[in-house]
Amino acid sequence: MAQVHLRNVVKKYGVLEVVHAINLDIADSEFVVLVGPSGCGKSTTLRMVAGLEAISGGEVHIGGRVVNDLPPRERNISMVFQNYALYPHMSVRENLGFSLKISKRSQADIDKAVDEAAEILSLTPLLDRKPGALSGGQRQRVAMGRAIVRHPEVFLFDEPLSNLDAKLRTQMRVEIKKLHQKLKSTIIYVTHDQVEAMTLADRIVIMRDGHIEQIGTPLDVFENPVNTFVATFIGSPPMNLLDGVVKEGQIEFGDGTCLAVPPAYSTYDGQAVTFGVRADNIMPVGHALPRGEHMAEVEMTVDLTEPLGTETLLFTVLAGTEVQAKMLNPRPVRSGERMTFQIMLDKCHLFDADTGATLKK
Amino acid sequence: MARNFNHRIRRYTFKAMHFFGLFLAMMVLCVPGFWIVLNSFRPTVEIMAKPPVWIPNELNLDHYRAMFGGIGEGGVPVLTYFTNSLVISVTSTVIAILIGMAGGYAFARYKFKFKGGIFVGLMITRAVPGVALSLPLFIIFARVGIIDTHIGMIIAYVALNVPFTVWLIDGFFRQIPPELAEAAEIDGCTRWQAFWRVEFPVARSGIASAGIFAFLTSWNEYALASQLTRSTTSKTMPVGLLDFTSEFTLNWGGMCALAVLMIIPALILTFLVQKHLIAGLTFGGVKG
Repeated sequence: MAQVHLRNVVKKYGVLEVVHAINLDIADSEFVVLVGPSGCGKSTTLRMVAGLEAISGGEVHIGGRVVNDLPPRERNISMVFQNYALYPHMSVRENLGFSLKISKRSQADIDKAVDEAAEILSLTPLLDRKPGALSGGQRQRVAMGRAIVRHPEVFLFDEPLSNLDAKLRTQMRVEIKKLHQKLKSTIIYVTHDQVEAMTLADRIVIMRDGHIEQIGTPLDVFENPVNTFVATFIGSPPMNLLDGVVKEGQIEFGDGTCLAVPPAYSTYDGQAVTFGVRADNIMPVGHALPRGEHMAEVEMTVDLTEPLGTETLLFTVLAGTEVQAKMLNPRPVRSGERMTFQIMLDKCHLFDADTGATLKK
Repeated sequence: MARNFNHRIRRYTFKAMHFFGLFLAMMVLCVPGFWIVLNSFRPTVEIMAKPPVWIPNELNLDHYRAMFGGIGEGGVPVLTYFTNSLVISVTSTVIAILIGMAGGYAFARYKFKFKGGIFVGLMITRAVPGVALSLPLFIIFARVGIIDTHIGMIIAYVALNVPFTVWLIDGFFRQIPPELAEAAEIDGCTRWQAFWRVEFPVARSGIASAGIFAFLTSWNEYALASQLTRSTTSKTMPVGLLDFTSEFTLNWGGMCALAVLMIIPALILTFLVQKHLIAGLTFGGVKG
């Protein structure tokens, strides 16, 4: 296994720069997920690590070597593609053993490695089938098998689950995590699905427009987002954001509604801010939030509900902005019902209204 | 019940009309071929009869016997023509496929300047009828000294087929996701190995069909061949058909017999490679 370092890595297509001097250090055996909306440069970054895209500037190090000018085959990596990219004219066995055959390993070696990989991924009964005769999940497993059979230093995954249905995706997510625990490999994984990122990653790298916005553990980026983009991108439902001005210990919103300033942010008097609160921290009174010191109470009308079983999402309006609240231990709620909600001010965030950057507590 | 019955009646009517339409279409396609085969076995009297004799009274091999017979017995150098056709068609097809593969792959995979223009330019060459090309080609070939040679015909047919093979093979390579070659490169292949071991086998059916089309074009081509060949050293079978015409007569029977001989290799080739023509080999490798 190996460390991966990106040093001021730039990607340009002609004059258009799509990845802007990013820096990233990935430790040995670490599972790092690059996440961001479409076009943020995450796949391009991964492809530069793989050697499938030329690097316009900076350096990529894999296992202590600068690999900028090495072709993919000399980087000791393997990659799982979004569309699986299985060789359609070869059986599963041939697909799995292809890389070893190319490196001229003996047939006995190939058979042993293929059987081992097939065993890990429960592919043994499928070895003689062609990819065309497999289901989506099975194809995905073959693609993963092809990656692990060579014992590479780094695994790259490019949105490997986005073609699967929701149930299979959850199942494969668990399999990938188990695989990582078993192989203790360095993994760089690209996805646009923040749930995938949160559940799989040791560390998440959130990208936007070719820049890295934040790097941190899943909990860290969830609890301490550096700006409004990360705050709304990570977490489901996204963080509720309301614009207001801090005045004498209170935040005054556009429609005149006032809320006490979260205790950690007492020094921003007079500043225009964006107030952020997650749905988990707005709950109807009596539904799981402990009554605490820093708690605001507001009465709001429920416009819409989304029952999810263990909890219900409530769509309501606070200070003229639609916000989502959460009800644990749900009971049926009619639309139009007035309810008193508690807002847990300890868990709220303040961002600069102009830049969107988080304000220091 | 009545509605159900009506529905069933309508379905059967549509089916019957469908078969009738298919029958008409197949008849238009098959009758000329069938007529050629039939006439090659019928005596000339019956072929020329007016009103036409639809059901043959007698079938024999006279025309074939005469065709392979000596000069003066209606014989033509069938084997020489056949060899010429085979050498010219196979060689020009192989060259056109090789160029078509390189060109088609480049158009499908790479970005380069004036790509669109070059592609349209290639296609436009197909818009020029062969007959219009025959005179300029004749003059050029005469100057160079390759009139009535195999090499001259091969060059002409390669030029005729390349735009088509490039276009067809480009389409097949476009259907193959570039990730296949990328996966192969990550698996340890060089760019070249990725092509030969992964992309080429996947595109094999497309390349085979381009090959058949190129071969049939060369095998059946008449307009250019009739101008650029002079003697038995390079005359192809379609031009050989003219041997059955003389100033006042047309030996229809002999012509049909030679035409049948021309059709047979094309039929055999089509049967041999038809399994490659069935598309869908790429299905399953990637998510559709």
